[in-house]
Amino acid sequence: MQIHSPEFKQRAGDALDNANLQRALGNLRDGFPQKRAAAVARMPEFEQLRNEGRDLKNHILANLDFYLEQFEDNVIKQGGQVHWARDGEEARRAILEICRNAGAKTVTKGKSMVSEEINLNDYLEANGVKPVETDLGEYILQLREDHPSHIIAPAIHLNLDDVSDIFHKKHNRPRSEDPAELMQEAREMLRKQFVAADVGITGANFCVAETGSTIIVTNEGNGDLTQTLPRVHVVITTIEKVVPTLEDMTLFLRLLARSATGQEFTVYNTLSSGPRRPEDQDGPEEFHVVLLDNGRSEMIGSEFQEMLRCIRCSACMNHCPVYGAIGGHAYGWVYPGPMGSVLTPKLIGVDKAGHLPNASTFCGKCESVCPVKIPLPKLMRHWREREFERHLSPKGFRFGLGTWAWFARRPGLYRWVSRSSSWFLKRLGGKQGRIRSLPLGKGWTAWRDMPAPQGSTFMDQWKRHQQTQQQKNKG
Amino acid sequence: MTSSRNQILGNIRRGLQRDLLTGDALDQVRTRLREHPANTVPARSQLPQDQQIALFESMANEAAAELIELKTLEALPGTVAEFCRENGIDQLVSASDPALTALDWSGIDNLEITHRVAQAGDSASLTTSFCGIAETGTLMLLSGPHSPTTLNFLPDTHLVLLKQSQIVGAYEEAWARLRQHSDAMPRTVNMITGPSRSADIEQKLQMGAHGPKRLIILLLRD
Amino acid sequence: MTASSTTPPTAKVGFFVTCLVDMFRPSVGFASIKLLELAGCEVEVPETQTCCGQPAYNSGDRNSTRAIAESVIDAFDGFEYVVGPSGSCIGMLHQYPDLFEPDNPYFERARSLAGRAYEITSFLTDVVGLGTLQARFEGLVTYHDSCAGLRELGVKTQPRQLLSQVDGVELAEMNEAETCCGFGGTFCIKYPDISNRMVSNKTANAQATGAAVLLGGDLGCLLNMAGKLKREGSTMEVRHVVELLANMTDQPAIGESAADLAYNAGGH
Ligand code: SF4
Repeated sequence: MQIHSPEFKQRAGDALDNANLQRALGNLRDGFPQKRAAAVARMPEFEQLRNEGRDLKNHILANLDFYLEQFEDNVIKQGGQVHWARDGEEARRAILEICRNAGAKTVTKGKSMVSEEINLNDYLEANGVKPVETDLGEYILQLREDHPSHIIAPAIHLNLDDVSDIFHKKHNRPRSEDPAELMQEAREMLRKQFVAADVGITGANFCVAETGSTIIVTNEGNGDLTQTLPRVHVVITTIEKVVPTLEDMTLFLRLLARSATGQEFTVYNTLSSGPRRPEDQDGPEEFHVVLLDNGRSEMIGSEFQEMLRCIRCSACMNHCPVYGAIGGHAYGWVYPGPMGSVLTPKLIGVDKAGHLPNASTFCGKCESVCPVKIPLPKLMRHWREREFERHLSPKGFRFGLGTWAWFARRPGLYRWVSRSSSWFLKRLGGKQGRIRSLPLGKGWTAWRDMPAPQGSTFMDQWKRHQQTQQQKNKG
Repeated sequence: MTSSRNQILGNIRRGLQRDLLTGDALDQVRTRLREHPANTVPARSQLPQDQQIALFESMANEAAAELIELKTLEALPGTVAEFCRENGIDQLVSASDPALTALDWSGIDNLEITHRVAQAGDSASLTTSFCGIAETGTLMLLSGPHSPTTLNFLPDTHLVLLKQSQIVGAYEEAWARLRQHSDAMPRTVNMITGPSRSADIEQKLQMGAHGPKRLIILLLRD
Repeated sequence: MTASSTTPPTAKVGFFVTCLVDMFRPSVGFASIKLLELAGCEVEVPETQTCCGQPAYNSGDRNSTRAIAESVIDAFDGFEYVVGPSGSCIGMLHQYPDLFEPDNPYFERARSLAGRAYEITSFLTDVVGLGTLQARFEGLVTYHDSCAGLRELGVKTQPRQLLSQVDGVELAEMNEAETCCGFGGTFCIKYPDISNRMVSNKTANAQATGAAVLLGGDLGCLLNMAGKLKREGSTMEVRHVVELLANMTDQPAIGESAADLAYNAGGH
């Protein structure tokens, strides 16, 4: 996926003006948060599970090398192969090689954000292998040459009309406006692809060290067809997804379904361990796991380590009022919302993604719903600190902030500034009690009035009040 | 790739400011793998067996699975045949599980029954299951010589036999049974909770995305 | 207005005014002090206080934040409690320990300050217990939960509990009362159009309740919401909750025509 994060402001503005998108985002704001709340209310232990989830992830990260090696050993024991990839380039090459060895013309794909992260589809296509997305949302996007705007509901920015249009155009069938019919149409189209594919590529929600298994969590069943029907199954995943045991995986599955869609459990939770056994009648003959790092190992021991706890549930973006206002594409890359605002600067550079950690009110809603209690606002603040240290924040802003901070440490002068500003704004407000246009505060007054101050400052009034009291007491 | 592997692991160790795990630290993580302790198990499923069955039924229903009660195993062929007749199904792909093949199917004349992997276009499949998990009304199915995984996903309707005695409370109990059942993992472990669905079009839930449109649980009293 | 206070006498409180109250709405300061005094506290307003440092903190300027934190710590030395009419600024005081290395003498002092610092409604409910209020306000009100107060300090039931003691007040909860209003300090200046969408959602939710007054506990949010409502031509009034609690609603609401406040501390 191309990087558009530097154009955040522009893209956010466009998103705010896009009526269709705004309607779609309305669906999101009404849907996910309420479903999650209902599911959490049914699980009295939920808070405890969150604490355990956080602690367990911390334990895993503290022993990540060990668990990764265990995972690798156990994949190999079952006849699978593990490919370590430092970056996207290595991962892409490894996957292409597997495809070439399999003589693959078509690969089917389950939904994988890691695949988006490494731009896998474009690469395969350029090298003569046709990738076919099978998740309904991803399939729609692929037809539209569009990209996901959400990590679990990739096509959330589209409306029914958009889907009707593109299916009509690409499927050569009468245009339908019935979601059930449209889904049936996609089902029929993709059936052929599932059966024709030589390689199936899926992501993994977790990798179990104890058994060398990977697990995918889906509602559609597309991931299962993707990994069962072709001769070769490739899992593309990242190093922080490893968990020690099946029991540990279970803890995260309980958290994941409820945090993501508000379901009690996702429809299909599927563990894959190695290739098909000799006596099996179906299943892939080869099983490959591509373990991608792409900068994650450098986060260990840094102030961003906690971000590696993320289980990609999307609760943070579902509850984020900024995401809810502008949608995922404004963030300009693969990972949107609060988790993206922390992760993206790490993966593509804070010089490109500098807006992301700034475009937050630090309202804290994301942290309050995160199933592994990642302190997202704190981590965004760390990026702002890095930007400030590296002088990446705008000059005018730095100057203003510096001046203000200088005054804030000098109470006498600060009083004087407050007094003058208060006086000035009060005058501007006139009889109305509010200001409609403020030369230095256009950002504010373009959209709302600026309430005028009541009059003199509290500190001045308090002083006068104290003096009257003293005189009264004397008199 | 070896060098990538070493570099990634090296980075991790550098970040953790240590070398390879040794001594107590190593023992501790090894013990965790060996003993695989449970985390908090929600109280909801910790019930006497009869209530666990009731919980399984209500959770499975909630997930839009359909339940048909079987009084005896012998009643299965007839029940399946009747279901298929009512739903206009005339072909059934069945798992070759002895529990199914040993039954008397001779009287069934409205169904063409085959034993093979599933293919695109199959309308219904019949399989057994490894266990049922009451906590969320979830079925666990294992791949194996007599239970190809495609049967769980390709046909439009998936019929699954589950015995009440196979119902456990929480997922952890299912893992315990799985460990008892065999030392090695099967290629595929499917946990299935209701039929396939998607809400990818306008956040409106539609049933029957890529997997089965209907999931029928034949629940045997035993 | 009178109140029957049941607390042991004279908790010594240093009042943290906050920049916005100082500049925009002194009446909130006076209302808070009135309530604190009714609760039997001895209130002082340290003269050397300025700002909590949040603008610097949230802009990534740790050095300035630390310097400002030091002066706040100095200013409020020796007070049993520090109380302010803002969850956001008090929440900031709670962050101070993070700014200092443990061997810095300010570290322990920052921890001590954090342990003594309270948002006004939670102080009046959880710490001193304000007995029965005798305030009156006729009308339907709705309440916006400001983010920092809600999520950093757990302020949710306290203002509602206090409001329930005001005669005549009826509370109608709005949808998404806990969703951010889009103020966010410098956020609303840096990303004004996003902020605008957020505050528009908020004012729509507030107005849908049919309430005449929108209340909250943080002046930043209140200025933002009042500014939006006024621009939309709404007649909905916006006030800080302490104004109702202290029976000081004779002042024009936020963004309506202002007059200097004549502080009347009599009556108790
Ligand atoms: S940061 Fe937390 S809430 Fe957001 S996707 Fe990751 S786990 Fe979920």
